[in-house]
Amino acid sequence: MTTETSRESYGVSRVPPEIIGPGHTFESVTDKIASVVLTTRTPRGWLIGLAIAFSLLMLFLLAVGVLFAYGTGIWGVNIPVGWGFAIVNFVWWVGIAHAGTLISAILLLLRQPWRTSINRFAEAMTLFAVSCAGLYPILHLGRPWLFYWLLPYPNTMGMWPNFRSPLMFDVFAVSTYATVSFLFWYTGLIPDLATLRDRSKSIFGRKIYGILAMGWRGSARHWQRYETAYLLLAGLSTPLVVSVHTIVSFDFAVSVIPGWHATIFPPYFVAGAIYSGFAMVVTLAVPIRRYYGLEDFVTLKHLDNIGRVMLATGLIVAYGYTMEAFMSWYSGNLYERYMMWARLSGPFGVAYWALILCNVLIPQLLWFKGVRANLLALWLISIVVNVGMWLERYVIVVTSLSRDYLPSSWFYFSPTFWDWATYIGTLGLFFTLLFLFIRVLPMISIFEMRTLVPGAELKEELHEGVEGSR
Amino acid sequence: MEGRDPTALQRPHGGRAYWRGLEELAQSEEFFAWLRAEFPRQAQLLDHVDRRQFLKLMGASLALAGLGACTRQPTEEVVPYVKPPEEIVPGEPLYFATAMPLGGTVTGLLVESHEGRPTKVEGNPQHPASLGATDPWAQASVLTLYDPDRSQVVRRVDEILTWEAFSLALAAALEAQAERGGAGLRILTETVSSPTLGAQLAALLERFPQARWHQYEPLAADNAVAGARLAFGTDVNTVYRFDQADVVLSLDADFLSCGGAHLRYSRDFVARRRLVDGARDMNRLYVVESTPSNTGVKADERLALRASRIPAFARAVAAAVGVQVAAPSLGGDAASWLAAVARDLQSRRGRSIVIAGDQQPPEVHALAHAINQALGNVGRTVVYTDPVVARPELQLPSLRELVADMRAGNVEVLLMLGGNPVYDAPVDLDFAGALDKVPMRAHLGLFDDETSALCQWHLPESHYLESWSDGRAFDGTASIVQPLIAPLYDTRSAHEVLAMCLGQRPRGYDVVREFWRRERGGADFERFWGRSLNDGVVADTAAAPKSVALRPFAATLPPSPDAEDDGTLELLFRPDPTVLDGRFSNNGWLQELPKPLTKITWDNTVQLAPGTAQRLGVANGDVVELDLAGRRVRGPVWITPGQADGSVTVALGYGRTRAGRVGSGNGFNAYLLRTLEAPDAASGVVVERTGETYALACTQLHGLLEGRDIVRAATLDEYREHPDFAQHVGHVPARDETMYDWEYAGYAWGMAVDMQACVGCNACVVACVAENNIAVVGKDQVMRGREMQWLRIDRYYAGEPENPETVYQPMFCQHCELAPCEVVCPVNATVHDDEGLNVMVYNRCVGTRYCSNNCPYKVRRFNFYRYTNYSDASLALQRNPDVTVRSRGVMEKCTYCIQRINHARIEAKKEGRKVRDGEIVTACQQACPTDALVFGDVNDPSSRVSKLKKEGRNYSVLGDVNTRPRTTYLAVVRNPNPELAGGPQETGA
Repeated sequence: MTTETSRESYGVSRVPPEIIGPGHTFESVTDKIASVVLTTRTPRGWLIGLAIAFSLLMLFLLAVGVLFAYGTGIWGVNIPVGWGFAIVNFVWWVGIAHAGTLISAILLLLRQPWRTSINRFAEAMTLFAVSCAGLYPILHLGRPWLFYWLLPYPNTMGMWPNFRSPLMFDVFAVSTYATVSFLFWYTGLIPDLATLRDRSKSIFGRKIYGILAMGWRGSARHWQRYETAYLLLAGLSTPLVVSVHTIVSFDFAVSVIPGWHATIFPPYFVAGAIYSGFAMVVTLAVPIRRYYGLEDFVTLKHLDNIGRVMLATGLIVAYGYTMEAFMSWYSGNLYERYMMWARLSGPFGVAYWALILCNVLIPQLLWFKGVRANLLALWLISIVVNVGMWLERYVIVVTSLSRDYLPSSWFYFSPTFWDWATYIGTLGLFFTLLFLFIRVLPMISIFEMRTLVPGAELKEELHEGVEGSR
Repeated sequence: MEGRDPTALQRPHGGRAYWRGLEELAQSEEFFAWLRAEFPRQAQLLDHVDRRQFLKLMGASLALAGLGACTRQPTEEVVPYVKPPEEIVPGEPLYFATAMPLGGTVTGLLVESHEGRPTKVEGNPQHPASLGATDPWAQASVLTLYDPDRSQVVRRVDEILTWEAFSLALAAALEAQAERGGAGLRILTETVSSPTLGAQLAALLERFPQARWHQYEPLAADNAVAGARLAFGTDVNTVYRFDQADVVLSLDADFLSCGGAHLRYSRDFVARRRLVDGARDMNRLYVVESTPSNTGVKADERLALRASRIPAFARAVAAAVGVQVAAPSLGGDAASWLAAVARDLQSRRGRSIVIAGDQQPPEVHALAHAINQALGNVGRTVVYTDPVVARPELQLPSLRELVADMRAGNVEVLLMLGGNPVYDAPVDLDFAGALDKVPMRAHLGLFDDETSALCQWHLPESHYLESWSDGRAFDGTASIVQPLIAPLYDTRSAHEVLAMCLGQRPRGYDVVREFWRRERGGADFERFWGRSLNDGVVADTAAAPKSVALRPFAATLPPSPDAEDDGTLELLFRPDPTVLDGRFSNNGWLQELPKPLTKITWDNTVQLAPGTAQRLGVANGDVVELDLAGRRVRGPVWITPGQADGSVTVALGYGRTRAGRVGSGNGFNAYLLRTLEAPDAASGVVVERTGETYALACTQLHGLLEGRDIVRAATLDEYREHPDFAQHVGHVPARDETMYDWEYAGYAWGMAVDMQACVGCNACVVACVAENNIAVVGKDQVMRGREMQWLRIDRYYAGEPENPETVYQPMFCQHCELAPCEVVCPVNATVHDDEGLNVMVYNRCVGTRYCSNNCPYKVRRFNFYRYTNYSDASLALQRNPDVTVRSRGVMEKCTYCIQRINHARIEAKKEGRKVRDGEIVTACQQACPTDALVFGDVNDPSSRVSKLKKEGRNYSVLGDVNTRPRTTYLAVVRNPNPELAGGPQETGA
């Protein structure tokens, strides 16, 4: 087992005891996590959950079918509000997708060992959220079958995409992010896939996991290369955490529309993304942890840490809201001031105040240790933050468009059944993928968890050796 | 014009099974031979004919043989011309002069024809009522021509018959009538301005001396006729010369948008207030009206007065300028207003006009004549001529007489040529009930409408673009109505039906020609005829001025006090600004055309003043029940700023039940409250809340400027002091703030919009729809904010809602030099060309809608669905072949009529020269009666557009956003009377 030293090795001495339950051995960790996957008895709760998620996925397919058959007119979008739920949902999902990479990459580089038990499913969540997000820019097109025109490929039309358009940047940002996230996730899975291959009792399982494990044998050389690759990927992913939502915010910031045209958007969007991503991690982690009895691996310390991150990013977001309002007044710009006033008191004022309640006021409860330790409270706050972050995007996209420069063009937006169906449908897609993931892949990194077991402490020489090999 | 148009073959067949030709249906030998050659595989399948198929085949063959004998076989010629007609160049449109009859006069038109099908209507510059301009109805009439809901067959009750069958039935009926001198024969027409039709009717009445001819249409000028009779004791036609008038007082007259001369009057009126080329003087318009109109919008001083008080006001004006009349004392602020107006009028003797509205009682018309006389305007700004209609008459009494005869059983044969009296006759006449008593009733109409439904015979009428006729303009000038296409269906014109009554069988062409041969006979008739057709006007037919003596009627008018505001409400009936009296109900372009002031589409409303609505406790969209002497109608409320308190206005023309797929079921039928006694205004209407609400499709929800300097305005005095006042508002970034400036070396297209000239008539909007194949989306989509018109007319209010200052601002793609839309399109579907056009590449558009989001003017339109109607084949004939028809998921917007630019550029290139100024006329510009829109090359300092852009009033809307729009606006200047305190406030920032 000593060959299974992980990159956490050099941080072992700093592992706080609260991030893994007492009494665990290498064996018990592997058993516990692998059994969720390798058991032949599918839990009833899982089946029910998948059934619900899958029904919603079918609703999504119906909504998309109707959309393709009739056009974007089935949604509530209009002129002037040309973007509605599709873009709101896109930004929301991309935001959620930030937690995984942040946890995996940035916390890895920052040597935060508590990331270990949550990084795997946070990464999976990232991947699924990016999948949901990535669908929307295609679905919202008037002619979705021509989406590939946004790609710079050599063609007989002799046409390039417009590299000045932020939507063009989005294509690169989101596809890069999706690719790197996938590679990162998959690379992290390889040792565990090998474990599953070795432990699987069915031939089918052995074959599949065997193929996916890509011949992993756990040799020192494997580990050495693996570590290097993983760190490199972490390094690659880190700027993406910042860049993706920065670029998504360009969709708005580059425009001339009051309420969109703001230099504060990139940092404020990134903070918001991390905020919502961590909220989603809590939303998912709390029930899964309880259902599968993983309290020893995802401990209260983890949830406490996540709560602190949410509090910090939430404060940044609150600062963003304040500055947005302040600058619209301070700019002295007639249109900006009116936009802010309309946002606060116009027809969408309810959405704005609901967002302040959800994203600024309620999360202040996280200052209290008791609240962070109360799973139900934390879970409810995480949901409130998810709702709040969705409302934030709704307020930004819809209120700014509905009243811009010429009062004659002002109009309202009201979502239709199909707007909701598409949104809820992507939740179905997300949860379907998540349920499948939980059932067929280890949702917690087995080999990394094993490094947290007290027996995994290393001798200094080996540690030096690993460092020296880099 | 001769020859059948091959496209006429594309008429929709009934049923779903289409066959490629009748030969295929019959499966004739030739068809098999052709099929074998063309599709050898399918032919084999057909070779095995069993007994059943054989019998079917025989039956079909026999039926075909029979059919071939009795129907007009369409000739199918798909070969190219062996000898091409000299004037037809494929792809090049031809223009023919014709005229559109409407409401008793005609407007001269030039109609664009592509390969034999009329596609677009323009005004005839030589015609006095048009001078090159058109109104929305003329623009939209081409859509009615191709309306798939048009009546296409002769129908007797439920049976489809032929014209021959009708002809036989008519002959039999008339034979019976002939014995009694036609005592049981009645003809009902709309107002007839066609001299030929008048002559035909005269001939018919000669043949049947006991027969009677009645005229009725709901918007007839009965009050004007009665007023003239009251004033002069004779019938006269009044022509106003607004280009000669310094001061105009309108007594509830919407002369800028109603009546046969409104295009001409708009042009003449605006000519006197066009502050360009150093002009520092303008006319002054006073408007007294009860419901806001386009004329009221242009007013320098406007007084909102209940309709019932306007007669008293007219008397007071008359008395003030020296007419002998018992003048009541006016209450409220009307008195001081009146004094100032009267002084102003008197100071401009001979250079003023007082004009009364069609809905005002005869007394007001007569008083207006007397005032004009007293002010010395007659012969200068007001000219009298002989009537231009075939027979001036009071139509309501005429109709009442007809209905009385019908009810008494005196009418045996009733022939209705046009009109829709079952729908629009006064409700207390119960026209439908009386119609039931007529043994033989026939209705000639474009649509199988409400009246047709109650007639045994429905006869499909030819559209004016497919039949020969003639008519007279407001000043008497005659025009020949020349068809642009052979009838699409088996239809006849009124001339042809009357000829049938006279026992003749000539075509409309012969009837009209023969009339003019009699009128202008002689050796050079062919030259005269050809010239008249070519010019669109018959030379020297304008009515000569005539002097008429004013009777001293005013002294004999019984005294009537100024109506006290007793808290009761009055109900006013007005023509709808888009569908008029309901005749255009099935026209999607007009239904979807926002009403100028309310911006409502697809519906009429109960218009209330803000104060009245507050008292009644109703808001926009609340359904109220109007109770007028026991007759009840329900309609949605629309609170209209500028409406006189206590006046309730309803528009006619809605609530149709058999208009067609587009027009049926929209709005409510205000005719159900309109009686013989009170056809224009009724007092004592009770408005009750019902608690229900009704969704209205309004295209502009917000009418205030919110302190933005989008619209800039000043008074004349301010303008004289600061001619460039409009340029001292807002901050426009300097041009040197960018490193990447582009030099436009060749042409640089641009536009100037003189808001001073815009009268909000909507002609440009419909012209743009017609020119650019813009789809109609329907009420539901308009309610969702998805109307497709590229050009909209924004309406902004300033001041008090009781009597606001209103401004129209035509808004369409501004062709920004630094266009925000272009930067954000990910696929380069909207780009800039080297002449400064912001071009939209439909083929490249994937529909992200980002461009629209980033457009500060929100002038882009998106095809959220497949809006273009591909299913009705006849509509395809209307489309402009030079403009792409857009499909679903594509953004579109104003192109500055790029097809017209390209056409001119090609022509210029062929001749090796530059495009001349004025050679390119955009569709909106061409339709505009007041030249408010001017397009041209801004690089050419001598072009009209460049000169306008140099005016002090010129400014860019949202110039501070640094979009550098190529379309700029010229600020509004008003000329309020300094005597009147609290005159119009400055609009804008």
